[in-house]
Amino acid sequence: MATTAASTGPSRWQYLDKIRRNPGPFNQDSDVGDEALAAQDKAKILVIGAGGLGCEILKDLALSRFKDIHVIDMDTIDISNLNRQFLFRQDDVGKFKAEVAAAFVEKRVKGTKITAHNGRIQDFNEDFYMQFQIVVCGLDSIEARRWINAMLVNMVDMEDQDSLKPLIDGGTEGFKGQTRVIFPTLTPCIECQLDLYTPRAAVPLCTLATIPRQPEHCIEWAHIIAWEEQKPFPNLDKDDPEHITWLYQKASARAQEFGISGVTYSLTQGVVKNIIPAIASTNAIIAASCCNEALKIATTAAPALGFEESYMMYSGDDSIYTSTFKYDKKPDCTVCGEVAKPLQVDPKMTLKELLDSFALKADLQLKKPSIRAEGKTLYMQFPPSIEEQTRPNLEKTLQQDLGLDVGHEVVVTDPAFPTLTFRFILSFV
Amino acid sequence: MLKIWSMKKEQQKAENAEGAGGKKKKITAAQLRVQKDLSELSLGSTMRTIFADADDILNFVLEIKPDEGVYHGGLFTFTFNMDQNYPHEPPKVRCQQKIYHPNIDLEGKVCLNILREDWKPVLNLNAVIVGLQFLFLEPNASDPLNKEAAEDLRSSRENFRRNVRTSMTGGSIRGTSYDRVMFNRA
Repeated sequence: MATTAASTGPSRWQYLDKIRRNPGPFNQDSDVGDEALAAQDKAKILVIGAGGLGCEILKDLALSRFKDIHVIDMDTIDISNLNRQFLFRQDDVGKFKAEVAAAFVEKRVKGTKITAHNGRIQDFNEDFYMQFQIVVCGLDSIEARRWINAMLVNMVDMEDQDSLKPLIDGGTEGFKGQTRVIFPTLTPCIECQLDLYTPRAAVPLCTLATIPRQPEHCIEWAHIIAWEEQKPFPNLDKDDPEHITWLYQKASARAQEFGISGVTYSLTQGVVKNIIPAIASTNAIIAASCCNEALKIATTAAPALGFEESYMMYSGDDSIYTSTFKYDKKPDCTVCGEVAKPLQVDPKMTLKELLDSFALKADLQLKKPSIRAEGKTLYMQFPPSIEEQTRPNLEKTLQQDLGLDVGHEVVVTDPAFPTLTFRFILSFV
Repeated sequence: MLKIWSMKKEQQKAENAEGAGGKKKKITAAQLRVQKDLSELSLGSTMRTIFADADDILNFVLEIKPDEGVYHGGLFTFTFNMDQNYPHEPPKVRCQQKIYHPNIDLEGKVCLNILREDWKPVLNLNAVIVGLQFLFLEPNASDPLNKEAAEDLRSSRENFRRNVRTSMTGGSIRGTSYDRVMFNRA
């Protein structure tokens, strides 16, 4: 490619600068100087996922003048990624996605620094996430979304305004996609919107076991029932062709028995691995929308999604349709509904004394409280067996015997308030 | 960003709360939800829970002793396992005994709609437990996992009842031997 001045020099950003400098109906700052324009260079932005969406997001962010980008992905490149994950080439198969994507974009967009992290989001702690101004997700897993959402909601600290990290979440499935912007604790979080996910289409077990009607039923039968009965290999590895072949043969035999056609090796792979065809153009549209939001939030050049309307859905199934709407916060959301409040206690207090104090507190008045900490059941009133198991804890002291410490979260529930959970962060007198 | 922050300050003031302190040891969303679910369980006199580790509430065993119906007198246990995806994903439930039941196969897999195709995050552990209890009171021949048991039930209820009794005392039916599940009442 011929390198022109426009693609390397400062004039590269002349059009972006115009958008930011020219006052308009939405432009919130009418006198944007050079200093303000350059401030974007210091913004540190985190991209989670370097797959179909991630490749697009990284490219778009770099071309939107974000210069300090970090990217996390635990996966390595598979040959089946190459049709749409355009930062990867055949020689890259087997290498880490984050690493290859970062190197590619750095090479093409001079002056951009991309730091790759080959790992799981769960491997990083609060201090790591605290260094970014904005987090953009291009994930394919609900579990990972819930994890990063809970992390960012819990990080919000009144004493530190930098602790509020806008979360931009992109997602695609075939021809459909969505972009949402979350301001943790202020606007509805991912947990508030959990009901929006379409549940994975599951077929009743008895249909699989007795009256399969479709090739998918035969494959699921081989996967769920025949595998468990016969255990041809100790553990099912969905990426091992030998294992998939075993399932394919079992499914074919069953299909023949019931006169069903259409069981193929690739269908077997698709059903077992729950593969939904990914479409490059959907990824491109959603990634562009995510980066647009990131740019608007970072520069205040125009109002971003978030406070009024927070959810943009896109459908390309039947011509093109998009709709942007407002989703409400769930008052009883388990993650952001009841933000943990500080609770000052005497570390030498017994658990029973603590629970009794909940009954007396005017704003709680809990008569039958159950209480847990992370990975630890302190005392549960119900069911009876766990009550008996945890009863000895009542006489124990909070710090020395039960190991509670400053900064630990405890959660209190009471049957009198079935929709409420009370969350506290401990501090000691 | 400054504008967003000032909104946050105002919201916080309205709630009249103080700043949060240290930042460690957060409870996961799945644990929170299970704690809530457990405190709302209604077990009655026929069921109880067993926690191998009280600190791990995502794994437990449910014991059912049906007090009426064809399975009266038996004691059945089911393992419950919730992962960090709960309640997006349903709990995984398995019968620990090899039993003769139209809707439970010999590996312990259970055919109950809300454990699979009809699960929704608004459902809870109580709904699942009620469903299991119902399976023992009203075994269902139209959704069979154990085809032979379902056919027996369809063709002759009396024959089915006899087979259930045989299986529950550890006998075998058509060459398949079943676990003894009778318990002695004190």
